[in-house]
Amino acid sequence: MEPILTAANLTKRYGDLTAVAGIDFDIAPGECFGLLGPNGAGKTSTAKMIYAAVPVTGGCLCVFGRDITRHAREIKKLIGVCPQDVNLDQDFSVLKNLIVYARYFGIGAAEARRKAEELIEFFQLGDKRDRKIESLSGGMKKRLLVVRALVNDPRLLILDEPTAGLDPQARHQIWEKVRQLKKNGTTIVLTTHYMEEAAVLCDRLAIMDRGRIVERGRPADLVARHIGRDVIEIEDPSPAALEEIEAAGARHETFAGRTYVYTEDGRELIARIAREGQAGHVVLRQAGLEDVFLKLTGRQLRE
Amino acid sequence: MIALLRNISYRAAYVWRRNLDVNLVTWQTNFLPPILEPLLYIVAFGFMLGRYVERIAWAGIELDFLTFVAPGMISVAILYHSTFECMYGSFVRMYYQKTFDAIIATPLLIEDVIAGEILWAASKSFFAASIMLVIVSFFGLVEYPSGLVIVLLAFVGGVMFGSFGMIFAAICPSIDTMNLPVFLAVTPMFLFSGTFFPVEGLPAWGRAIAAVSPLTHVVAVARAASLGVLSTAFLPSALYIVAVGAGLFLLAVHLMKRRLVK
Repeated sequence: MEPILTAANLTKRYGDLTAVAGIDFDIAPGECFGLLGPNGAGKTSTAKMIYAAVPVTGGCLCVFGRDITRHAREIKKLIGVCPQDVNLDQDFSVLKNLIVYARYFGIGAAEARRKAEELIEFFQLGDKRDRKIESLSGGMKKRLLVVRALVNDPRLLILDEPTAGLDPQARHQIWEKVRQLKKNGTTIVLTTHYMEEAAVLCDRLAIMDRGRIVERGRPADLVARHIGRDVIEIEDPSPAALEEIEAAGARHETFAGRTYVYTEDGRELIARIAREGQAGHVVLRQAGLEDVFLKLTGRQLRE
Repeated sequence: MIALLRNISYRAAYVWRRNLDVNLVTWQTNFLPPILEPLLYIVAFGFMLGRYVERIAWAGIELDFLTFVAPGMISVAILYHSTFECMYGSFVRMYYQKTFDAIIATPLLIEDVIAGEILWAASKSFFAASIMLVIVSFFGLVEYPSGLVIVLLAFVGGVMFGSFGMIFAAICPSIDTMNLPVFLAVTPMFLFSGTFFPVEGLPAWGRAIAAVSPLTHVVAVARAASLGVLSTAFLPSALYIVAVGAGLFLLAVHLMKRRLVK
């Protein structure tokens, strides 16, 4: 199938700062594609280039088979954007926000109202319908941003950190809606630094760091390839426990007094460590995307 | 410059409509000033100050002070409504409310947004001037049909002043720094453009400054229209408004794009 989006050597520079340093990726129809990375990795710059909010500095970005630089209007007509910052129209109610936004897409008044009412129904916002934006909670505003991105029935939906700062209830509700959209065949680009979110929603993802894609693939494949099945975390491991880990040939690293052991069979290894009389705190858990992320982008703080 | 114009489409009307929708919600506070303001002016200038002022000569015509000042105060309304709408209103929408960011994720380009904002500002001048024109007409201060030219003047002049205000919204780093252009440009323009006394009374350097002040030309056309003495003598002023208006409009779109598109 023809990809919905193709990026080739895509580059974004702001003056001397290179935010995106020549990345390549493509997105198939119906796919949920994740862009992961620490702060300043270039995720949002990449997302913004897709909806032409910032111009492409170099390389090529084609959406729906058209160059974004020359066909911004036509492409934006078919895209829905949920931005990172809440930029709802404070001067209007929830319903009016959707109607006015639909108008920007050239949707007529009657159709805009019908669509707005339908979305309010679908997202169970009925009781908030006539509320002013400033009276909504943070989670509600974020949800409304997702709703607003759907007024034009987009073929491609861009979700730029849609659940940042939300409580678990609100986050799960957004996930549920995104899954429903996926089921309906909407192609999605999702930027996030919540690994759980990426693992739950994304079919494929790219991990970015310092403007480059450092790894890509299906979430489960990435975990299997980089980490294995299990992780054992040990606080202040005894020399005997460490010897046991070395003997097992398991990859491990220590960070702030805590040792992380990556292995295919954690159950067996943890039994051996226990026999060596390891006193401190020992945890066995399943390997996840977060382990991959930290392995590839390091544990140092960004920004 | 050509590219800027090419990027402006009919979609600018959606931005205009958005602003109208907001103003329709709060219309009482928006339409009351243009109704009450001229009444206050008429009391203060016509009945109070007018008693101390002898008849004024303008373009060879002898006038009482109120007849002289009425088109001046309509011109000031044209200046204020569009300039401040773009200076402060657009700045708030751009900087604090992030409204522009939201709109450019739709098929609108930033050029559409800025054009829509300026056309909206011009419409505000148009509405205000029209209301004021009706009010002062009750006092017999306007000749018709030439007085109707003021309605057109309000919109065209509004584009010029809206663009003027938008330029400051584009170059001022924060809303506080806008006090400077208000103090250095808007207030002197308000006082020394033939609004409250004829520019002919100014010293030579003052007349030179008044000649470049956009408001001087708006006042001249408005006054000629309200007195029913429009002639080709006012053509240079009309051309000035169109030419400077077009120039400021392009500059405003250019500077705003430079500020917003990184």
